[in-house]
Amino acid sequence: MKKSTKNIINIVLIALMFVVLYVLEQQFGRRSMLVTVLKKGAIYALIAVSMNLLNGFTGLFSLGQAGFMLVGAYTYAVLTIPMAKRMAVYQYYDGGIINFTVPTIVGIIAAGLLAAVLAWLIGMPVLRLKSDYLAIATLGFAEIIRAIIQWDTLGPITNGSNLLKTYPTFKSVIPVFIAATICIAIIVFLINSTYGRAFKAIRDDEIAAEAMGINLFHHKQMAFVISSFFAGIGGALLAMYQGSLQANAFKSSMTYEILLIVVIGGMGSISGSVMASFLFIACSEWWLRFLDTEMMLFGGTFKVPFLRSGFRMVVFSIVIMIVVLFFRKGIMGEKELWDLYKPRKNKKVEGNKA
Amino acid sequence: MIMLKVTDLKVNYGGIEALKGISFDVRQGQIVTLIGANGAGKSTTLRAISGLVKPSDGSINFMGRDITSLNSQKIVAEGIAMVPEGRRVFANLTVKENLKIGAYLRKDKDEIEEGIKDIYRRFPRLKEREWQLAGTLSGGEQQMLAVGRAMMAKPKLLMMDEPSLGLAPLVVKDIFSIIRDLKSEGITILLIEQNANAALRCADFGFVMETGSITMTGSGQELLVNEAVKNAYLGSN
Repeated sequence: MKKSTKNIINIVLIALMFVVLYVLEQQFGRRSMLVTVLKKGAIYALIAVSMNLLNGFTGLFSLGQAGFMLVGAYTYAVLTIPMAKRMAVYQYYDGGIINFTVPTIVGIIAAGLLAAVLAWLIGMPVLRLKSDYLAIATLGFAEIIRAIIQWDTLGPITNGSNLLKTYPTFKSVIPVFIAATICIAIIVFLINSTYGRAFKAIRDDEIAAEAMGINLFHHKQMAFVISSFFAGIGGALLAMYQGSLQANAFKSSMTYEILLIVVIGGMGSISGSVMASFLFIACSEWWLRFLDTEMMLFGGTFKVPFLRSGFRMVVFSIVIMIVVLFFRKGIMGEKELWDLYKPRKNKKVEGNKA
Repeated sequence: MIMLKVTDLKVNYGGIEALKGISFDVRQGQIVTLIGANGAGKSTTLRAISGLVKPSDGSINFMGRDITSLNSQKIVAEGIAMVPEGRRVFANLTVKENLKIGAYLRKDKDEIEEGIKDIYRRFPRLKEREWQLAGTLSGGEQQMLAVGRAMMAKPKLLMMDEPSLGLAPLVVKDIFSIIRDLKSEGITILLIEQNANAALRCADFGFVMETGSITMTGSGQELLVNEAVKNAYLGSN
């Protein structure tokens, strides 16, 4: 297939996706469960793909994602709260010290940039560590960020441990998908480039990669910064989705959720991460909800056992264990959705293609 | 012409002297081999030349330029490529991707496709397996890929670390015929081998290493008939 034909097909598919989204939103309404799950799923998909770039494609076991999301979310919220509302939001800090408001899109990009700058600074010492040590260091960093943001002295900027709210949000599912699609497309583009190939080479064998002339530190740093940039944007989108923001919500368990999505989807598969995100959000927010409410059957004579608040998470964990047991490499392994549709050619044809 | 000149090279690993000041030359267009037992310092020598370990003393000169303190990227760019020990192909990348990684530092991006075709002409087996993951290849095919990958950097000097390790005798024969082919195309080769017999047969010049020093030098033929070498490395019969 020619590259131009491929591009046209991709554009048609993406356009089709937006048509379907629009129809679904008109049909079910913006506040329906389906549309809510789609919104959150798209945001998680972006964040999971950004984490996969680091953990799945470059082989860096980092657990700092929640920290970078937090930085992104706060950057966005702090910069975009309208001037008129600042007095009310920063009620304990005399309206805060930030006297300007930036447009939404600038806020989102600033969220990514600040997360990226921070990643660049942290990367310098931390990326010299390997495997588990890197995981511990990044995890620790994420916790430190959370503590710093809640620090009272920074209150005039971050509002301490109080809520940030009244910043611009989105109502429709379309802008979320536009943002997530653009970001994921950029990551896919990156992975298919020469840099992406170098990332994968580092993951497979650091020593051989170095012997090929790949600068290990430079490439690791680049993967870390880019991943954090998109985690920051994902954090900003999550803040918009939630409508209000508090640092306490970005605990390490959030990183684990995303890691889980990446593992279930398949380390090293973009489409796997995306699918797993929607499945994960749909299961945890929607499909398993009924497990949290007591249920009476047979005209109220039989109370279904176990069903009570919190039981959903028990079932959810069991489902995840089953998935991990039977799909060792995740749903997709290292394959992509589009790989599955490639017709199996015989060797002659493959040879000619080169 | 002397292409690579190593002078009094010393390498320490945490206080242990792995190389105790070795000196040797590699002349352009020749196959030069370092033979010796495990732990003699052969691999360390290659690693020092390719910039993967820092020498504590001595100098390495390549084509008239001092490359002792350069990092591995710069050394690859200077024209020294390595086929690492144990092949070390990128198992989860396809054969073609592996070859492209080999050309990572090349500036002439347009000619890379041409270079890949060249490798396929040399190793038709790789072309057949172009889209296969490198980890699924047999040992011999992986060695071909490792050689092809190093060749993609368009090296002036190709360093090979134990290319026959763990391969079946027939495949080993293939590998050595590949090495001879490369030489006939004008590529200079620095070869490390435990299989001293095969290495000396195809080498123009050989160095015998023992615990961090070079103990004997001579042409491949001379060393092949040398009594001491025979007893220690070739088997006396």
